[in-house]
Amino acid sequence: MSRLTPIVRREFSAYFNTPLAAVFLVMFLFLTGIFTFNVGQLYERGQADLRPFFDFNPWLFLFLVPAISMRLWAEERRIGTIELVTTLPISIRDLVVGKWLAAWAFACVALALTVPIWLTVEYLGEPDRGAILAGYVGSALMAGAFLAIGSALSAVTKNQVVAFVLCAVVCFLLLMAGYPVVLDFLGGWANPGVAEAVASVSLLTHFEPMERGVIDLRDVLFFAAVVAAFLWLNILLIEWKKAD
Amino acid sequence: MEAAIAAHGLRKRFGSFDAVQGIDLVVKHGEVLGFLGPNGAGKSTTMRMITGFLAPTAGTVRICGTDMLDEPLKAKEHMGYLPEGAPCYPDMTVAEFLGFIGAVRGFSGAERARRVDAAVERTNLQGVYHQPIETLSKGFKRRVGLAQAILHDPPVLIMDEPTDGLDPNQKHQVRELIRTMAKDKAIVLSTHILEEVEAVCTRAVIINRGTIVFDGTPQALDGKAPASIAKNRLDHVFRTLTTADTESRR
Repeated sequence: MSRLTPIVRREFSAYFNTPLAAVFLVMFLFLTGIFTFNVGQLYERGQADLRPFFDFNPWLFLFLVPAISMRLWAEERRIGTIELVTTLPISIRDLVVGKWLAAWAFACVALALTVPIWLTVEYLGEPDRGAILAGYVGSALMAGAFLAIGSALSAVTKNQVVAFVLCAVVCFLLLMAGYPVVLDFLGGWANPGVAEAVASVSLLTHFEPMERGVIDLRDVLFFAAVVAAFLWLNILLIEWKKAD
Repeated sequence: MEAAIAAHGLRKRFGSFDAVQGIDLVVKHGEVLGFLGPNGAGKSTTMRMITGFLAPTAGTVRICGTDMLDEPLKAKEHMGYLPEGAPCYPDMTVAEFLGFIGAVRGFSGAERARRVDAAVERTNLQGVYHQPIETLSKGFKRRVGLAQAILHDPPVLIMDEPTDGLDPNQKHQVRELIRTMAKDKAIVLSTHILEEVEAVCTRAVIINRGTIVFDGTPQALDGKAPASIAKNRLDHVFRTLTTADTESRR
């Protein structure tokens, strides 16, 4: 465990050593503002909740989270430091988990910076704080799942752009699987079991209850399982392909 | 006492290409082994198997008695490694980078500071201590890589082309450093510079096409050249050993 700490620290500070952190945070907060207030019409709805904010969150993450995860392993490969870190006395599991934790911590910092939107509805009315907190938990879990996917996919390439695109595509598919468009389409001809199975692997299906304020242990476990599965895949990919 | 490095029957196959075809190498403490061979002979691949970066297709590696495949983390603790090109994190300063390596190696507090200071002093990095690594010249970067490798004062030190791309002064510095560390460590370094072997090594190993074609002292290597040749004697021996073999196989 003690060897995990330096990895998390290094990776976390790496975001702030480059302009990436600043660019990411500005973009995230700016777009969050537009989607919540302009597109989502937070004021016009006349309801003191954060539904517009959480509704758009997964779609914003779809394009921004891959930007956090793309460098995790692709950069190590490109500059050759993968040979350095994997010959230090630290297991690949610790490296993978440490990097993911650092990226997740950074995503959580970005989420925490949206608190002024919460304060806005607090000022305007009496929102259900439990529901908002549940929404934040859901968003953080969603970011964690995207990051695990992105981290695993960044392990297959030296090119950060490729890592970005791969992550965005896979996350998009996992989101879309739960969208009414897809489900209605499937519902039209496939047997209901298939539609249900597709919906159940969708991240959105498990995010929506939390967005509404319901934290179901099964949804939390689903996200934990997605993270665990992709980090496990990440470890395998590094072990197999580290020298390529 | 256990040999510092004991590699037996090392083989590595990439697809249909046999990069390393059965290498046995035992290195004792106090030896400085120069690892020579033409490009593509399998030098880096062999070193990568010894350091645990690549899993061998067959064979065993023991570092100070610890098996690299069974207990990789323990084996890696005994070892310092400078990979080819001395990769470091460019966004970190020298201080941050060495502190990070120290932390991963399990040092903390005053002990870590002491070790970082010692490594910085040995590699003459005081002047750039707080500079980001990306702003450093090639020579300094190489020394950061060396500092990282000797931070924990390992009994086994493995360096892939430590002097490649350095100017003559920097080469001299690195060689001096290797000489001062040679007494109690087992050092393996790969190089293309034959004079380097004469200058710092106690033993030379030449590999060609994945097998060892010479293993002996630099003097013995020199002795293989015909007496009629006065200049670049090692070059002559090197060429004979690594090209004659190629031709005989054709």
